[in-house]
Amino acid sequence: MNTTLAIAGIVIKELYRRKDFYVLFVLTALITVLMGSVTLFHDTHIVRYLKEMCLLLIWICSLVIAITTTARQLPMERESRTIFPLLAKPVTRTQVVLGKFLGCWLACAVTLVVFYLFFGIAAMSKEHHWPLTNYFQALTLHWIMLGIVVAMALLGSLVFSATSSNVTISFVAVTFILLLGRHLDKVAMQIPQPASGALQALFFTIPHLEFFDLRDLVIHDWPPVRWLVCLKAVAYAAAYAAFFLGAACLLFRRKAIN
Amino acid sequence: MNADVSEDRTRAAAKPLVGGGMTPAVGPILRIENLCVDYRPRGSLSPGKRAVDGLNLSVNQGEVFGFLGPNGAGKTTTMNVLLGFINATSGDAYLFGTTVREPIARQRIGYLPELTYYYKFLSAEELLRFYARIFKIRKTETERRIDQVLKLVELEHARKRQIKTYSKGMQQRVGLAQALINDPDLLILDEPTSGLDPIGRMKVREIIQRLKTEGKTVFFSSHELGEVETVCDRVAILDQGRLKLEGRVSDLAEKHQLSLEQLFLKVVGYSLPSATHLPP
Repeated sequence: MNTTLAIAGIVIKELYRRKDFYVLFVLTALITVLMGSVTLFHDTHIVRYLKEMCLLLIWICSLVIAITTTARQLPMERESRTIFPLLAKPVTRTQVVLGKFLGCWLACAVTLVVFYLFFGIAAMSKEHHWPLTNYFQALTLHWIMLGIVVAMALLGSLVFSATSSNVTISFVAVTFILLLGRHLDKVAMQIPQPASGALQALFFTIPHLEFFDLRDLVIHDWPPVRWLVCLKAVAYAAAYAAFFLGAACLLFRRKAIN
Repeated sequence: MNADVSEDRTRAAAKPLVGGGMTPAVGPILRIENLCVDYRPRGSLSPGKRAVDGLNLSVNQGEVFGFLGPNGAGKTTTMNVLLGFINATSGDAYLFGTTVREPIARQRIGYLPELTYYYKFLSAEELLRFYARIFKIRKTETERRIDQVLKLVELEHARKRQIKTYSKGMQQRVGLAQALINDPDLLILDEPTSGLDPIGRMKVREIIQRLKTEGKTVFFSSHELGEVETVCDRVAILDQGRLKLEGRVSDLAEKHQLSLEQLFLKVVGYSLPSATHLPP
């Protein structure tokens, strides 16, 4: 565990010494502040649109950070040859994969805390209340969802030869799941076999990332989700992340690195 | 507390045959037995290339061993097997009596790759702290060793600067520092002076000699035969994956009445032209 944590620490250090995070945060903050300063049609509920836009930006930024940070980890280690002195130490390849996963996932947590803190302050300045439970649930499940995305991008970095293709494919897959994933079974019922069967199979195979999307809860101040449901979502995410990580470990162990 | 116990356990596990402390030396530190490595072209049924062919070698404690050969002779492949980067097609290699397939075999070694690239966003101090953590070295001991190795490689003044600001020579020296952070009993150096200026080479050579006086075992490959002659106790010459010659530097020079460079050229089958025509 000590080795895994040491490798994770390097990933986190890399994140805060690069400019990506700061650029995305400043961009989100700037857009939110600009939108907040405008009064459209004297609508008293305008704050909901502001919250919706801000949360959408946070989701996009978090996915950008999670996918781009993860996708470059193992290829960069190989390209810059830092993997050689690392594996020459008493480190297993499984520990490297787990360290990279943990590092990227924890880096996402740090990012989300900063973004949600900003969101909370921006929303409170308009609404004068702060539903902490809703925010906590939204942030936690968002972070849990990013665990699946990080594990998937890590596996992609071992499957696809170029980082850019992994990033593109991961983005397309995540966007597809988030936008269309929930409708696949309905579409399947309207088309003939065997396409219907294939679509049904796809519906039950893909990780349903939309389960973790609690933006509406925060935007409309709905009552919090039951904790048991949250726990089930965590177990669901853990199963998918474990599957992707297991496959990544197997692939990395078989990969020649010379 | 747990880390200390774990360190003791790993140390104990990795010291079955040789080494300092209370364990007596009973065998070679590094042993290679009938090692064969084949590179098969991807997606092809052709037999590919045999990079290492039935290599047998052993290095004893306290020796500085030069591993020589022309480019493509199989030196780096052998080192890659020793470090667990690739698996042998047949045969095996052992470090401290433990097969190199086990990561624990690498607990007591230090490795300097030919091209040294480290996490450039880290400072030398942070890099060494990271590697020390992997070896489960206690925090107070880590700080002491960082001071020690940075002093040895003369990088104290730049310890807080990010590695991306270092010159090539400094990067090579930070590489040596990371190879020494765990106070290894065996150092594996892959062309440690490659691409360095004469002063950088001299400094690296001095460090190797100093390690030799401290009783460390050094296994290194190099194309600088003069340097090898100065530093090494024993050498092995590899050509086309096969071991062509092995012995003490002094014995080989006496037996063949040739310098190491001349002997090397003879062994790899390079014949010097009888008359050298130099341009006017």
